[in-house]
Amino acid sequence: MTPPLDFVPLWTLILGFGVFMYVLMDGFDLGVGILFRRAPNEAARDLMMNSVAPIWDGNETWLVLGGLALLAAFPLAFAIILPALYFPLLIMLIALIFRGIAFELRFKAAPSSRHRWDAAFHYGSVVATVAQGFVLGAFVQGFRVQDRFFAGGAFDWLRPFSVLTAISLVLGYGLLGATWLIMKTEGTLQDWARAQARMLLIGVVVVMAAVSLWTPFLGPKIWQRWFSWPNIALLSPVPIVTAWLALRVWLAIDRRAEFLPFIGAIALFAMGYVGLAISLWPNIVPHGISLWDAAAAPRSQAFLLVGTLFLLPVIVAYTAWSYWVFRGKVRAGDGYH
Amino acid sequence: MRLDPVILSRLQFFWVVSFHILLPAFTVGLACYIAVLEALHLKTRDRTYLLISIFWTRIFAVSFGLGVVTGIVMPFQFGTNWSRFSDTASNVIGPLMAYEGLTAFFLEASFLGILLFGRKLVPPWAHCFAAIMVAAGTLFSSFWIIAANSWMQTPAGYEIIDGRFHAVDWLAVIFSPSFPYRLAHVVTAFLVTTGFVVIGVAAHHLRRAQSIVECRRMLSMTFGLLTVLVPLQIVLGDQHGLNTLHHQPAKIAAMEGHWETQAGAPLILVGWPDQQAEVTRWAVEVPYLASLILTHRFDGRVPGLKDWPPDDRPPSAIIFWSFRVMVGIGVLMLLVVTIAGWLRWKRRLYDTGWFLLICVTLAPLGFAAVIAGWITTEVGRQPWVVYGLLRTADAVTPSLSSGDVAVSLAVYVVVYLVVYPVTLYYLLSLMRAGPTTAEEAAPAIAGLQRSLPARAAAGAVAEPQR
Repeated sequence: MTPPLDFVPLWTLILGFGVFMYVLMDGFDLGVGILFRRAPNEAARDLMMNSVAPIWDGNETWLVLGGLALLAAFPLAFAIILPALYFPLLIMLIALIFRGIAFELRFKAAPSSRHRWDAAFHYGSVVATVAQGFVLGAFVQGFRVQDRFFAGGAFDWLRPFSVLTAISLVLGYGLLGATWLIMKTEGTLQDWARAQARMLLIGVVVVMAAVSLWTPFLGPKIWQRWFSWPNIALLSPVPIVTAWLALRVWLAIDRRAEFLPFIGAIALFAMGYVGLAISLWPNIVPHGISLWDAAAAPRSQAFLLVGTLFLLPVIVAYTAWSYWVFRGKVRAGDGYH
Repeated sequence: MRLDPVILSRLQFFWVVSFHILLPAFTVGLACYIAVLEALHLKTRDRTYLLISIFWTRIFAVSFGLGVVTGIVMPFQFGTNWSRFSDTASNVIGPLMAYEGLTAFFLEASFLGILLFGRKLVPPWAHCFAAIMVAAGTLFSSFWIIAANSWMQTPAGYEIIDGRFHAVDWLAVIFSPSFPYRLAHVVTAFLVTTGFVVIGVAAHHLRRAQSIVECRRMLSMTFGLLTVLVPLQIVLGDQHGLNTLHHQPAKIAAMEGHWETQAGAPLILVGWPDQQAEVTRWAVEVPYLASLILTHRFDGRVPGLKDWPPDDRPPSAIIFWSFRVMVGIGVLMLLVVTIAGWLRWKRRLYDTGWFLLICVTLAPLGFAAVIAGWITTEVGRQPWVVYGLLRTADAVTPSLSSGDVAVSLAVYVVVYLVVYPVTLYYLLSLMRAGPTTAEEAAPAIAGLQRSLPARAAAGAVAEPQR
């Protein structure tokens, strides 16, 4: 039975879009959490938290969308990948719980117990990011599959490459957070954010290079994808554009631009994402199950697609409205608390 | 009971979903209440509505935050612990759950920011619109998740190809036979649960003669609503029960502790169903009443568990008692609402000390009923995950060891036992603080927008909105 229409390419785009939105949006608010304890003072911490307080749970909702889109559109991938990542996902969820409630409770706590919520927010952010980094590393390295099930061990994800991706993601989210703060704050806090962004950018360039050099050695197919002719010529713009972007972000921070560093950091993430997609295409469960193998029944993909094509633009529109309402710099005394 | 990955995963799911459901049980109702208050304030310009809304919005924010983060845990459970269920059923279940995310979560999360922080930043109508959107989001969420759950209880509109479910008729999938009853029963339960919390808080402050105007308004509005909803809920529960008798008779037999199918069956008020011996011990019975309730006839036939092989029977003792707890709470609520109506008629509703104390004491009652009802319907579905078609034991992730699940279960237990009491502590302190006076009610919500820097710098603005 051949389906009249192949919905897989469209669903791949939607899933890719959802996951990228999550990485960007929760990325910068997790990044704010990562930088939180290094902040110069208590007032700065209040501002940092207020800069993301109205939007964080909208950001985190993209994680749910990513998970549910995977379940609905590529259920086989969902049924293999999630068991394989049992413990990193557990750790991530727990960390997200602590940082999530810290948003509300920090401002309601007595001053004497506020440091506990500072810690919950900071360590929750760091641990969630590290866990996501392990998820990323394990995903790129692939999963052992038998029949339709994950057949590996509970700690397969714990490998040197995953440690590198975990460090990368902490630095990357940190950069997103620092450039977000450049955009949303002013004065000494903004200067501090600039200094953080500079250091983090150097770190990000180093780890991106390391991940890029390591990835082709993870499997012969990835090696061929990048280094066989004519791919090597066609794909050479990817690292070149990435390097150019990194330079532009550096220069933008240097000449005290307010928006460009954040936009540039997003573009850097996008390039990393593209690089990953090139390495893994067309597999959704590396390195054996393709997007088409894992796809839900066409009727299910079609049923959900109808609504998604209508709802996703609406979601993007009111998310944009919400960001528009909370545009501009955060200042002391903001918030409803 | 052997501690295999199946039973441990079930315990884990029970643990995380039971704690999670406490929050929707509160926030669905509260979001609707806040939307109504905002709309009334917009229409009448009566500041009492505004002050009540501001008060409950703070409480809503904390509850909703915990609801979001414990809710994110839920879809991951389907993959990490129930991957065979996901693989087998997601052609049907997946789109329903994804629609929940698309229609509900974003609506709630995005407009919540405006509701909490945006009163000064957007026009009053837009703020009210945000409140309505948050409430709509919580209701859409209930719609889709109950649709998914109802399909698992009473599957319809599907075919099975190569051992996996495929949807044939989406309307039949969404509006499966138990869906309308379950949705009505659950949403009403959530509204009633919130109502009793609102009443409890209002009564607490009235007893201390604090915020009298606001708390009288709360008490009056909420009892007005409950006078309709509590009797309605009892009727809905009866209808839901008849629907269950038709589609899941084994669940009814287990709820009633009946082992033999019989005409003119007695209602067992209390007793202890013994799964091994296939009898209900120490039963206190009322003749013919079970037949009367379930078939609305004295000699109606009521099913007994022996009609099914032992492997297909739900565990009777648990749901026999959880069902009775739920019904008992329903009767108690009806009593409270009746007394309230009588006191209101006597114009004594706001100053009858003993009754206000009862209201405070019974504030958490709805949560117990929600959990008891949830246990009844979910344990009553056993041993199936998709009723009659996929066994729970065949739904669990094959790669999991007992050790893996024991560790994750222990982590969830410890974390929730820390997070919930701490959050409850802050919620109670917010509730005890009570509605603020007009001046305090307008804290520095001033602008993040560039157009409002002077007010932000000043730190406080006296008049909210008007």
